[in-house]
Amino acid sequence: MRPNISAFLSGLLFALGLGLSGMTDPANVLGFLDIVGDWDFRLAFVMGGAIAVHAALRPLIHKRERPLFAAKFPAFSASGVDRKLLVGAGLFGVGWGLGGYCPGPALTSLATGATQLLVFVPTMFAGMYLAQVLQARPNASAGTPSLGATSAP
Amino acid sequence: MTSSLLLPLLGGALIGLSASLLLLANGRVAGISGVVGSLLAPVRGDIAWRVLFFGGLVTGGLLLAWLRPASFAAPVSLSAGGVALLVAAGLLVGFGSRLGNGCTSGHGVCGISRGSARSIAATLTFMATGILTVFLARHVF
Repeated sequence: MRPNISAFLSGLLFALGLGLSGMTDPANVLGFLDIVGDWDFRLAFVMGGAIAVHAALRPLIHKRERPLFAAKFPAFSASGVDRKLLVGAGLFGVGWGLGGYCPGPALTSLATGATQLLVFVPTMFAGMYLAQVLQARPNASAGTPSLGATSAP
Repeated sequence: MTSSLLLPLLGGALIGLSASLLLLANGRVAGISGVVGSLLAPVRGDIAWRVLFFGGLVTGGLLLAWLRPASFAAPVSLSAGGVALLVAAGLLVGFGSRLGNGCTSGHGVCGISRGSARSIAATLTFMATGILTVFLARHVF
């Protein structure tokens, strides 16, 4: 298996997981976020299942010196909980609650060609681009790691 | 009830497997906004795997649309208000996920799995604002 094949398979598995779990239907997502309404708590089991599997496998993977097809495992931001993180997550949650789509399910649903995705996905990329341009400015929050290729949450 | 919980659990397990595969093989975190968003400012030598992951997502979507079309919301004809709402949602999701360095997958799944304080804080925050937004949209306005 080569690095690009594994990346493709990982994307494929991810999409199937999102579809089977119900994440690709915004009605389920909004029902999950509507805790005072007729609360649909099932999606909590998606994150629960994903965390359980990944948390169990991660230590085994890290027993290796390095990944199969890469030089090293990811390095993580050491900046701690800062304002940028919380403001970004807060705005993301508002958009998630408005449309019922987060990035993975939106990109997976693109395959249906449904009109709502043809509006949502391009504007999502526009929003991503805007954030990147804003943060790439030289005077943008000095000392905070930029969104480079190696940065991870 | 148990059967309606089985699919979310199984789907979640596949997502956890996907994240584990990407970490084991490519040494990368399966945060969708980061994997795909970085393509907007491509770095030489760091493009192919991102495009292939994106391609896998879309291919998975095509498979689902073929085998299990009920996975998706039906296409809707959008009113002007519907378009405005989706534009606002898209901009906020895109902007917020890049500013906050992650979305549901990167912070919610991968970050929490390794006990990252940043990711736990981010997940609690986007859950809270998401819940508040739906509350305001459905029960107040």
